[in-house]
Amino acid sequence: MTKRFSVSQVVLLLVALVLAAIWLAPIAWAVATSLKPEDETTVTPLQWFGSEITFDSYALVLETGGILKWAVNSTVTAVIVTFLTVLFSAMAAYGFARTQFKGQRVLLALILAGIMVPPQVLIAPLFAEMVAFGLVDTWWAIILPQVAAPLIVFILFKFFQDVPPELEQAAFVDGAGRWRVFFTIVLPLSRPVLAAVSIFTFINTWNNFLWPFLVSTDPNTMTLPVGLANVVQGTFGLRYAQIMASVVLAGLPLLVVFVLFQRQIVRGVAHSGLAGQ
Amino acid sequence: MTTTVAAPATSSGPVARAKVRRGWTQHGLLFVAPFLLIYVVFLVWPTLLGFRLSLSSVNIAGGNDHLVGFANYAEAFGDPRMWRSLWNTLVFTVLSTIPLVLLGLAFALLVHHLRFMQWLWRLSFFGPFLLPSAVVSILWLQMIYPPDYGLLNGTLGTDVLWLGDPSTAMWSVVLTTVWWTVGFNFLLYLAALQAIPHHLYEAASIDGATAWDKLRSITLPLLGRTTALIVVLQLVASLKVFDQIYLMTGGGPEDATRPIIEYAYDVGFTGYRIGYASAVSYILFVLIVIVSLAQLRLFRKREEVAS
Repeated sequence: MTKRFSVSQVVLLLVALVLAAIWLAPIAWAVATSLKPEDETTVTPLQWFGSEITFDSYALVLETGGILKWAVNSTVTAVIVTFLTVLFSAMAAYGFARTQFKGQRVLLALILAGIMVPPQVLIAPLFAEMVAFGLVDTWWAIILPQVAAPLIVFILFKFFQDVPPELEQAAFVDGAGRWRVFFTIVLPLSRPVLAAVSIFTFINTWNNFLWPFLVSTDPNTMTLPVGLANVVQGTFGLRYAQIMASVVLAGLPLLVVFVLFQRQIVRGVAHSGLAGQ
Repeated sequence: MTTTVAAPATSSGPVARAKVRRGWTQHGLLFVAPFLLIYVVFLVWPTLLGFRLSLSSVNIAGGNDHLVGFANYAEAFGDPRMWRSLWNTLVFTVLSTIPLVLLGLAFALLVHHLRFMQWLWRLSFFGPFLLPSAVVSILWLQMIYPPDYGLLNGTLGTDVLWLGDPSTAMWSVVLTTVWWTVGFNFLLYLAALQAIPHHLYEAASIDGATAWDKLRSITLPLLGRTTALIVVLQLVASLKVFDQIYLMTGGGPEDATRPIIEYAYDVGFTGYRIGYASAVSYILFVLIVIVSLAQLRLFRKREEVAS
C-alpha cells in the first residue's frame, strides 16, 4: 500500500514538474530575453542565453522610460481604490446587515442587481460623465468608478449576517454608539474577510486596463498597464530586450508580493471568487 | 454561508431589537450613504444614461444629440461587422471556457494530491493571473508568437503564423488567455477540494475504493456546485473579453478576432459615435444579464434542493 502510494506520488510529481515548467516558460523567456544584448534577441535557431548576461536594458528602461512614474500611479490609485472600496463597502454592508431604515430592502436589491452590470458595457456613458465632470486625465476618473463594486458589499453583507450579534451587544449595554461599535469591534473582528476583499480588489485594480486606458491620454497620469501598452509599443520599436525588461519590471511587483504573502492571497482570491456559492 | 442569506436582519435578539427601536435606525442610512452615492453616480446612473445614449445619435463631443428611437439597434442588427464581432465573442467564449474549466480542475486535482512544494505549483499556475493584461499581451505578441524568432515556433520546430493567420489567430488568443487566467479557476477548485471532509475518503478506503472510485463518486460530485459557479463566472468573464485581443491583434487579421467590446470601443472612441457604441454595448449587456440570471436560478434551485 505505502509503496504503491509513493510510486503514484512520483508520477504525479513528474507530471506537475513538466506542467509547471511549461507554465513558467513564457515568463522565463521574457527574463532571458531582457538579459541578452540587444542584437542577440531575435537569433534563430532560438537560444535561451546570449553571449553575455547584461542589465543594460533595465538601466535604459529605468532611465528613459516612464515606467517608475506609472508604477507610482498604479500603486497610488490601487491603494486608494482598495481603501475606499473596502471602507465604504464595509459600512454599507453593516448598515444593511445590522440596522433598519426605510427603503432598506429596495436599496439592497438595487445593489445586488448591480453585480450583474459589467463595467465594460458602461464605457460610453461613463466616459460622457467624466467629460461632463471635467475629470478626464485625472486620478479620480480612474479611481471613482472602480469603487462602485457591489460584489464586495454582497460578500461583506453575508459575512456580517453571520457574526453573532452578542459580540456587539455588550458594548451597546456599556453605552457605545453604532459607529464606535462598528470601528472598534466589528471591523477588527472582520480582519480576515477584509484582508480577503482588499487583496481581491487590489489585484483587480492594479491589473485593470480598459477603463484607465480610456480616461488617460496624458502619460503623466497613466497606470502601469496603460503606460506600457501605449508608449512601449510606440517608442521602443524593435528593441526587444528593452521591451522585455519593461514587461518584467511591470509584472514583477505582484509576483514578488505573491511569493511573500502566498497564503493570504490564495485565501483572499478563493474567498472572494467563491462568494457566489 | 449560504443558508443565512435569507435570514432577516432583525434576528439579532431582544437587546439589539430594543436598541434598533430606541433610535439606532437613523444611523442605518448614514452607514450606507457613502457607498450609495458613488454607486448611484458611477454605476446606476451610467447604466440608465447608457440606455438613453443608445437611443440617440450623440457623438463623442456631446454634439448631434437627437433621440432616434431604436434606430441604433436596428442598424446594429443589420451591421455585418457587429454580427462578426458578436460571433467572435461567442466563439472565444466557448473555446476558452472549456479548457479554462477543465484545466483548472485538472491542475487543482494534481496539486491537491501532491505533498511537496505547494508554493511552486501555486506560483507556476496562478502566477500568470497576477500579470497585467498589457504585460501578457506584449510578451506573447513580441516574443512568443512571432513566426521567425518566437518561442513557440522555435521550440516546436513549426512554421505557424499564429496571430497573423485568420484561421489560427482566435486559437492563439485562446491559448494566451488559458495560460494567463487558468490560475483563477485553479485556485477556486483547490479551495473547494480542501473543503471536502477527509473522513469521506477514509470511509471509502475502508470499503476498498480505488483512487479512481473516490474521484468519481466523492470528489467530482462534491465539486458540482463549484463547477457550476466557475462555469458561469468564466462565461461572463469571456463574454467581456477585450484587453488581450485589442493589444495582440487589434481585432484582426481580417476581423477574425475582434470581440464586441472592441467593436463598441471602435465605433465609439475612434469613430466618435457614442450613441451607436452604447447600443452595441447593450446588446452584449443583455447577453450577460441572461447568463447571470440563469446562474441565480441555478443556485436558487440547488439551495431549495439542499434545504
